[in-house]
Amino acid sequence: MRGGTVVDASGSRRADVLVKGEVVAAVEPGLSSGGPGTVVLDAGGCIVAPGLVDLHAHLREPGSEEAETIETGARAAALGGYTAIVAMPNTQPAADSAAVVRQVLDLAKGACCDVRPAGAITVGREGRLLAPMAEMAALGVRIFTDDGNCVQDASVMRRALEYASGLGVVIADHCEEPSLASAGWMNEGELSSLLGLPGRPAVSEEIMVRRDLALARLTGARLHLLHLSSALALAAVREARADGVAVTAEVTPHHLVLTEEAVRSYDPVFKVNPPLRTRSDLVALLAGLVDGTIDAIATDHAPHPPEAKQVAFSEAAPGMVGLETALGIALGELGLTAERVLALMSWQPAAIAGLSGSHGGPVAPGAPANLCVIDPSRRWRVVAAALASRSHNTPFAGRELTGKVRHTIFAGEPVVIAEEAQR
Amino acid sequence: MTPRHLLSVADLGLDGIDEVLRLADTFVEVGRRPIPRVPALRGKTIVSTFFEDSTRTRLSFEAAAKRLSADVLTFTGSSSSLNKGEPLRDTVLTLEAMGVDAFVVRHSCAGVPAQVAGWLESAGGAGGAGGAGGAGGAGGAGGAGGQPGSGASVLNAGDGAHEHPTQALLDCFTISRERERRLGYSPARPAVLSGLSIAIVGDIRHSRVARSNVIAFSTLGATVTLVAPPTLLPPSLEGWPVEVSHDMDAVVAKSDVVYLLRLQSERMNEQFLPSLREYTATFGLTAERARLLGPSALVMHPGPVRRGIEIAAEVADSPVSVITTQVANGVAVRMAVLYLLLGSGAPVGA
Repeated sequence: MRGGTVVDASGSRRADVLVKGEVVAAVEPGLSSGGPGTVVLDAGGCIVAPGLVDLHAHLREPGSEEAETIETGARAAALGGYTAIVAMPNTQPAADSAAVVRQVLDLAKGACCDVRPAGAITVGREGRLLAPMAEMAALGVRIFTDDGNCVQDASVMRRALEYASGLGVVIADHCEEPSLASAGWMNEGELSSLLGLPGRPAVSEEIMVRRDLALARLTGARLHLLHLSSALALAAVREARADGVAVTAEVTPHHLVLTEEAVRSYDPVFKVNPPLRTRSDLVALLAGLVDGTIDAIATDHAPHPPEAKQVAFSEAAPGMVGLETALGIALGELGLTAERVLALMSWQPAAIAGLSGSHGGPVAPGAPANLCVIDPSRRWRVVAAALASRSHNTPFAGRELTGKVRHTIFAGEPVVIAEEAQR
Repeated sequence: MTPRHLLSVADLGLDGIDEVLRLADTFVEVGRRPIPRVPALRGKTIVSTFFEDSTRTRLSFEAAAKRLSADVLTFTGSSSSLNKGEPLRDTVLTLEAMGVDAFVVRHSCAGVPAQVAGWLESAGGAGGAGGAGGAGGAGGAGGAGGQPGSGASVLNAGDGAHEHPTQALLDCFTISRERERRLGYSPARPAVLSGLSIAIVGDIRHSRVARSNVIAFSTLGATVTLVAPPTLLPPSLEGWPVEVSHDMDAVVAKSDVVYLLRLQSERMNEQFLPSLREYTATFGLTAERARLLGPSALVMHPGPVRRGIEIAAEVADSPVSVITTQVANGVAVRMAVLYLLLGSGAPVGA
């Protein structure tokens, strides 16, 4: 990779990067070619960075291959600059056993990026019986979550946190108190009252976040909070952090740039859980990115086939795709430096997912060659039908973004060259 | 400027509402003729698509369309049975392909008429799903065989807890013309409800009728008071041109119109109310409470009425009640709306 600026957790410098086999061989300005057969990738005007890590992707396989497969999801991820993604366990069957985890790992062989399955906390994601976490952890699972569902029973959540702490794994929760949220389809408030759509109040998130934080304090276990969406929840996390609770938190690109106003169109592409909230929530989340309360930007990539969205708002499946647009949103629309964006999308999520060492840098000789080359000034328009994901339910269709991945190197192999997937 | 669709009563504005009311006067007269039919919409095809049961509203619309000489197709089916088969968008485009000038849409979910309008406009790839930020979204992909966007109109016949514009229009017509008839005075046009105090009582939270009526009544100059326990009010009333009261007696005594909403019994199971009995005692228009009504007050209800719950039977049958007049006016007002949206603009004629 020639002519770029290398950016990793240690800072930035102008340097070429030579990859040999699966590792970085040299990082120096003005490197000569690595000899015959070397592929030279133009990184002029680009950032050469550790590959991105997504903590939150729904790949739908096994069970809903009409929406996405591990292969298509991983290809979309590679095009978005990711070299590792955490696959959510709400498949059919759920990834609540070593057998399903093994199946996902098998299907992920040959994929365009590292696919790391998350395991379910409870059997069938039903919130009652603990899933065999140790067996799944033995296969490399580092994050457990019933995502899509919240673990409703506080006693089950307490035991899950305690049990996980013995395995050195992370419990991640989708925080919405279902008795307050489950009947709603958008943020509750002024707009939902006007539109006549039942709401999911922000306090449903705050209540569950506060419960989880209290249990994390009680157990001393590591807690990760998925897709925070409200100022109320963020304030709770900030307080708990100051108290020394071992909590990390992520936020999605869509909650950072879209508000409930998008739902005025009644277009179900904007239906998502937790729902798009208000401008003041968005501003609070941005402040959380700046002050470090939020550790990661994660996509919550949730593919759905067209027929799941071409229905009434009430019947539409919640969720949006995001792997191919996350970086453009983060670089172009949040007012953050590239270094901060990469911290939030590469090395910090890599640390949460237990992937430091193989992903998230540093870009240095001997390190695994999981890299992305980003053109931060490339302007492009999101075309839903042109997405590599099998599903096209993007809320950003037609939007012009600034910043795009030019090349992605996974395990030493260029899987994306000049914005084109190589397999 | 006549809108193409009627999705919200706000689409009409003050002058549009007034125009509908004036047209409705003409159609009331047509309805009294031996053959209550005019050729105004001959050759037009109107499909009533009711994804939620509502025999009354459907029959009212169909009667209106037939009296205007339009051809009427009827599609009924619960949204849940549809969900097992084709997506709603396919259903709409299939009907559109049969050659339809207007869709009358009823659905249990808010926003479906707006979605239908978006799908019709973008059929054939003419554009996005409509609405802010919706361009190219779920509604924009694909198309029906490369045809240009359909020119069909969409009339909202009630969508979830959002709006029921024709109900509001017939309510405005009923109040205005009934007061004119009873009191012999002609209100100032176009704000024909100017100076009136109107109370809307009951399950505002889940009511599309309330949302449309708040807009229509206040547009026409009335002062609107919502009366309900806080559990049956919307989560936010920010920006609503209304006052709120929990004191039914006080409101009944000072209102020119008391508009009662239907209370669905499942609200008890959802913890909105302790009991029907308590609701009736606190917010029902009992015979005793009806004695507080002013001499020229009107009592209204969109139906179907639950006698003994929202309103005592003897009050519903007394002269203060204009509930059956509302139903009668419904056909004329819906004729007016169909004529306004689909007609050539030529005089109604014989």
